[in-house]
Amino acid sequence: MSAEFQQHIHDTLADGRLQSAVYTSTGRLKEGRSAVVAHDVLPDYQELRTQANAIKKHAIENLDHYLEEFERNVEAHGGRVVWCKDGSEVADFVLELAKERGARLIVKSKSMLTEEIDLNERLERHGLESVETDLGEYIIQLAHERPYHIVAPALHKTREQVADLFTARLHVPHETVIEKQTATARAVLREKFLAADIGISGANFLVADSGAIVLVENEGNARLATSAPKIHIAIAGIEKIVPRAQDLATFLKLLARSATGQLLSVYTSFLSGPRRPDEIDGPEEFYVVLVDNGRTRLLQEREKRQSLYCIRCGACLNACPVYRKIGGHSFPWVYSGPIGAILTPQFLGVQREPALPFASSLCGACAEVCPVKIDIPKALLDLRCEVKKAEMREKQNRLEKLAFRVFAWVMSHPRIYEMAGRMAGSAFPEENAGWLRRVPGLMNFGPMRAWADQRDLPPPPARSFREMWRRR
Amino acid sequence: MAQRVSLFVTCIVDQLFPQIGMAMAHVLERLGYQLDFPEGQTCCGQPAFNSGYRQEARIVARHFLDVFEKCEAIVVPSGSCASMAIHHFPDLFAKEPETLARVRALRERIWEFSTFLTAVAGVEDVGARFPDVVTFHDGCHALREMGVKSAPRRLLAQVRGLELREMQPAEECCGFGGTFAVKFGELSGAMARTKVEAILRTGARSVVSLDPSCLMQIRGALSRAGSEVRTLHLAEVLASR
Repeated sequence: MSAEFQQHIHDTLADGRLQSAVYTSTGRLKEGRSAVVAHDVLPDYQELRTQANAIKKHAIENLDHYLEEFERNVEAHGGRVVWCKDGSEVADFVLELAKERGARLIVKSKSMLTEEIDLNERLERHGLESVETDLGEYIIQLAHERPYHIVAPALHKTREQVADLFTARLHVPHETVIEKQTATARAVLREKFLAADIGISGANFLVADSGAIVLVENEGNARLATSAPKIHIAIAGIEKIVPRAQDLATFLKLLARSATGQLLSVYTSFLSGPRRPDEIDGPEEFYVVLVDNGRTRLLQEREKRQSLYCIRCGACLNACPVYRKIGGHSFPWVYSGPIGAILTPQFLGVQREPALPFASSLCGACAEVCPVKIDIPKALLDLRCEVKKAEMREKQNRLEKLAFRVFAWVMSHPRIYEMAGRMAGSAFPEENAGWLRRVPGLMNFGPMRAWADQRDLPPPPARSFREMWRRR
Repeated sequence: MAQRVSLFVTCIVDQLFPQIGMAMAHVLERLGYQLDFPEGQTCCGQPAFNSGYRQEARIVARHFLDVFEKCEAIVVPSGSCASMAIHHFPDLFAKEPETLARVRALRERIWEFSTFLTAVAGVEDVGARFPDVVTFHDGCHALREMGVKSAPRRLLAQVRGLELREMQPAEECCGFGGTFAVKFGELSGAMARTKVEAILRTGARSVVSLDPSCLMQIRGALSRAGSEVRTLHLAEVLASR
């Protein structure tokens, strides 16, 4: 485990305020979801999940076909599709376009993909101003942080911290009433919307048969960012494709329910192309940037392919007892929680943080709530295997490998197993019925110490079950 | 109805909590089953499997197959170990058709204890008396991999003198997770303490579960917190009179 990962976990666990903020907020989202997928409210919930999984599977396995269909339809509406291999190609496209149009100010709506490719930083390095307009994203942009959570990026911030941040960065009076903070942000952002040259959004879905993008949001900022400026650029991963508009009947029923416990988000926008002559608003230019950034590599592996089904609802984060303890910033990349624990090693390689797939009790709560039925625990198990293979190649962690070889040998030799059990038991003091606070000297090695550091140890019984069985 | 039942007590019960195995044997005998304890048994191999050591897990799994292959019905006092054999052995031997066929033939005969009682023996009232207020912890693998939710509760509902008080949330992991408990000791400990708080809020005097490993984690944390609350396997409750 990297020292950084360990430190983040330790610091988060030690921060009482953060612990309660994360546990409470995720708990609220988790309960909200449970209430709206309950059998009496949504009797066909499980069928919807099965259907969503099947649609995603079909779309991902026929990605080339549907992406080309999408491109044809976008262009038929007067939009343009741009294909990008990675973040630098996306940035080059935006920078080039901004230069040609003389654009300086960009308003952005929330997008995990643009976080994934550090788009704001790339653009700001070239003198463009790129402003996040989702309130949570705006807060973390001011704080120069990564999103803490896929759908609630500033989940970890208290209103006092937001007050401090606004005072420091926006030079406004210290204000801790949330409604007033929102009003402050709104006043600042409204000016940005009106002055912006380009609006950048993500896309929750790319609809192949209609050449439309779908945006799901609650604040209305995405709608404004995509219609007020003259140019709209939607940037999305290629896996966001769904074949038909009617497939949205399945996904829109699942997305807001899984994410926030809403039946439907406040705004659901279908955008297909620039403003037409008879329309009163909308951008003059419409671009959809389709980004690979490692996705086609996942596509090659049957087992990993299903990670591309993810619709970024964040339900697995709220359900995860590990995320709820270690929070979003302990994770090494922009994606946190169970989905982050599989996407990070799959996208960046297991060596990025070899301990990540092991940071799970494999409780399965994530798979239970996933609206597209990604088998996250199985993916974690496969990744653990991949980490061990990489360690063997690099000749790392050889002591653990040896320990498991001994384990396998002992467990396939019952007499040796029985003897080993007796020897381990004899290292403990005589049974006195109480659980032990400390590890006895002989047994005081790594894993035993790690156990006793947090919990008491069971005293070994006078006889094993097999000994008792023989005596009865 | 199978008359002969073989016990797979699991390594953790064999080595640390033999009273759970004895209690399970008492309950099954009382129901008229003839019991058999295959002496060659050790472990299901889950520690190696969950730690990414598939080859080592296969060695242990093959041993398990050799030991239990001839048994009519195998009852296990753990949802997690039963699930290992039922759900993960097929993954382990996906590329070995012959062993896979053996695994598939065997998995039909492996039963988690509470499910065996309700689904195979067809009983809910085993004649137990346990005058106490208890709360029930859903082990993750029993719940989510094996789908066991109502069986233990139906069995507890028939125990004389027992009052069940559900904790909120009952379905959240206790933080054990096998080697996770020691690889991420501090995190696992924090998860255990959250579980302990949920238990203490019920005012119950005992926590009951289907998994000895969850009980070890919970009891370890309860004991560290100085709590008097006891931990019991369902079999221990059902064996009481």
